[in-house]
Amino acid sequence: MAPAKEQNQKAFRLKRRNWGMAVDEDRCTGCEACVVACHAENNIATVGEEQAARGRAMHWIRIERYYEGTFPDIKVKYQPVLCQQCDNAPCEAVCPTYASYHNAEGLNAQIYNRCIGTRYCANACPYEDRYFNFVNPAWDEPLNLQLNPDVSVRSVGIMEKCTFCIQRIRAAEINAEKEKRQLKDGEFNPACVQSCPTEALVFGDLDDPESRVSRLAKSNRAAKLLPDLGTKPKVTYLRRGSWYDEQNT
Amino acid sequence: MNKTPEQINEELLLPLNSTSWRYYLAVAALGMLVLVGFYAWGYQLDHGIGASGLDRPVFWGVYITDFVFWIGISHAGTLISAILRVSNAEWRRPVTRCAEAITVFSLLIAATFPVIHLGRPWLFFWLIPYPSERGIWPQFRSPLLWDFFALNTYLIGSFSFLLLPSFPDFALVRDRSEGWRRRLYGILSLGWRGTPKQWHRLEMAMRIMAVAIIPVAVSVHTIVSWDFAMALVPGWHSTIFGPYFVAGAIFSGIAALIIVMACVRKLLHLEEYLEPIHFDHLGKLLLAMSLIWFYFVFAESLTTWYGNQPSEMTVFWLTRSGSFSPLFWMMVICNAIIPVPILSIKRLRSKIGWTVLASIPIVIGMWLERFLIVVPSLEQNRLPYAYGTYTPSWVEIGITVASFAAMPLLYLLFVKAVPIISIWELKLGQHEKPAEVAAPVPAEEIVQGATASGR
Repeated sequence: MAPAKEQNQKAFRLKRRNWGMAVDEDRCTGCEACVVACHAENNIATVGEEQAARGRAMHWIRIERYYEGTFPDIKVKYQPVLCQQCDNAPCEAVCPTYASYHNAEGLNAQIYNRCIGTRYCANACPYEDRYFNFVNPAWDEPLNLQLNPDVSVRSVGIMEKCTFCIQRIRAAEINAEKEKRQLKDGEFNPACVQSCPTEALVFGDLDDPESRVSRLAKSNRAAKLLPDLGTKPKVTYLRRGSWYDEQNT
Repeated sequence: MNKTPEQINEELLLPLNSTSWRYYLAVAALGMLVLVGFYAWGYQLDHGIGASGLDRPVFWGVYITDFVFWIGISHAGTLISAILRVSNAEWRRPVTRCAEAITVFSLLIAATFPVIHLGRPWLFFWLIPYPSERGIWPQFRSPLLWDFFALNTYLIGSFSFLLLPSFPDFALVRDRSEGWRRRLYGILSLGWRGTPKQWHRLEMAMRIMAVAIIPVAVSVHTIVSWDFAMALVPGWHSTIFGPYFVAGAIFSGIAALIIVMACVRKLLHLEEYLEPIHFDHLGKLLLAMSLIWFYFVFAESLTTWYGNQPSEMTVFWLTRSGSFSPLFWMMVICNAIIPVPILSIKRLRSKIGWTVLASIPIVIGMWLERFLIVVPSLEQNRLPYAYGTYTPSWVEIGITVASFAAMPLLYLLFVKAVPIISIWELKLGQHEKPAEVAAPVPAEEIVQGATASGR
């Protein structure tokens, strides 16, 4: 009985995924729902007004605002920037303690309890998407009552960053493995993607040619952030264009 | 200078045997400043790195500046002393120990800064590759780890380089004192008896060390420069950084050495040992380094400007005409415009006051140079939305001031324990004189009769 069961378990293996994201800049309204959702999901400390004014706010995803054109004819461009989960990440090689490392799925993982706070990774990151706990984290009432039990709370003196909500990835994988099936595209989403009202953010497996994200990554509007640096980011930006046509092809 | 060995002994051991009230006052004042630094560090440990002025995106600031600066100062000693020994420059004899001590102390000061800088400084030992329950080695691809090894190698190397030629002098102190001092220096001199075998081994060891320490010193500051050059940051990612940093280090090191020598000369009444000719020689070296430094700054600026990459040019203009331009142009004035004319004129260079006057701005200018390398690149690093600014907090300023007080404090304590001029080497120079000295000393100076080892 037992060996058969074991064999059965061995036979089923979850496919290894190559998680990626697509960001449609035409759809982004700059509402920052993703920022709030990310804070809630990932136990990101709210540093308070004074510290935020000193440039110490931590938003794993941020909405960058750029203005195009001259006065009467101005367009605001919103660009959500999160960790690009680079395949060739400048932040990883420079960490002396392996706190910043590349995991098997190709995500840039950050091991909080190995971080000693050299802050080299944050300097090396060209996207400036690593956030340091300059002060001991605290949450204003009643935010302190809604900490996510699936995510560790970070202490002062260490670096943190977007994980693509790895806790959700793991939960979905565990469920799928229990039910002996492969993960479906869009079965689960990181908090930012889930909360985006305009579906500007799309998450999924880049290796699956059928997934929405891999189709968007091949779009003729697709671009990478700072592509000339050769960091091979896994986040694709869809620039302005005729997105409507694309949706209907 | 014509002195009998007994006179040399008397005069050079004087600081060890008598102490004035002014000495205690100076130690107390400097000690207070160092304590302020410790208080500031304690405050930072309590409040986190948030106590500093650092923010996103300027994650590195004054601490790293201080680190690079003090490593630079450390190049005064060992490297210069080693080069002078290898090239057999006779005038080095009263200078070497003075210089080697600077290296050890500034390295000790420099080594504290990466620890102070850490977010969790109590875990700094995770950089040491030791077998542990964690089962993980440190990451050998990280320039910070290279730094850790380079710094330790240099510290051990320069400490032994300082210690080796001290044994005969420790033995001299031992033989001329009684009680606990005799016992203490007996231990320190490691049983030095002055037998021919011991002399032979000492000479051999010094010859090996002098050659070995030169590549170590060069590699240390090269690796420090790679902390920056390896990162994909505009203004940092430059192939010129290795030699640029080494040249800058030697430059600031010689300036520091001149200042320290002038102080030691004045305070310990060593006017007859440290003569204007020594300052003249070091002034020539300083002039050469100043020109080399300027050449590097020019070469780096020109290639960046000509290449005209947007992200590089942002940092370029930020320092040349933006918010950092007062500091940048002050650096140029301090490092080139003031010292070059002073040091080019023989009449000024051969006066100690003038060489010191040229050296002080260089020390300031080189600190600014380190600051201008670290901070502006981080303030405006590629994505314009993530630009930021940085102002040091009182904690960082306090710790920096403390480091500048710690150097003279350590030096003051050192001169009470060890003769600041290597007595045996000085005497040896007097013995070997006629045949050997003639070659390295220019004829004109022999005529003037103002050479180092007293003819």
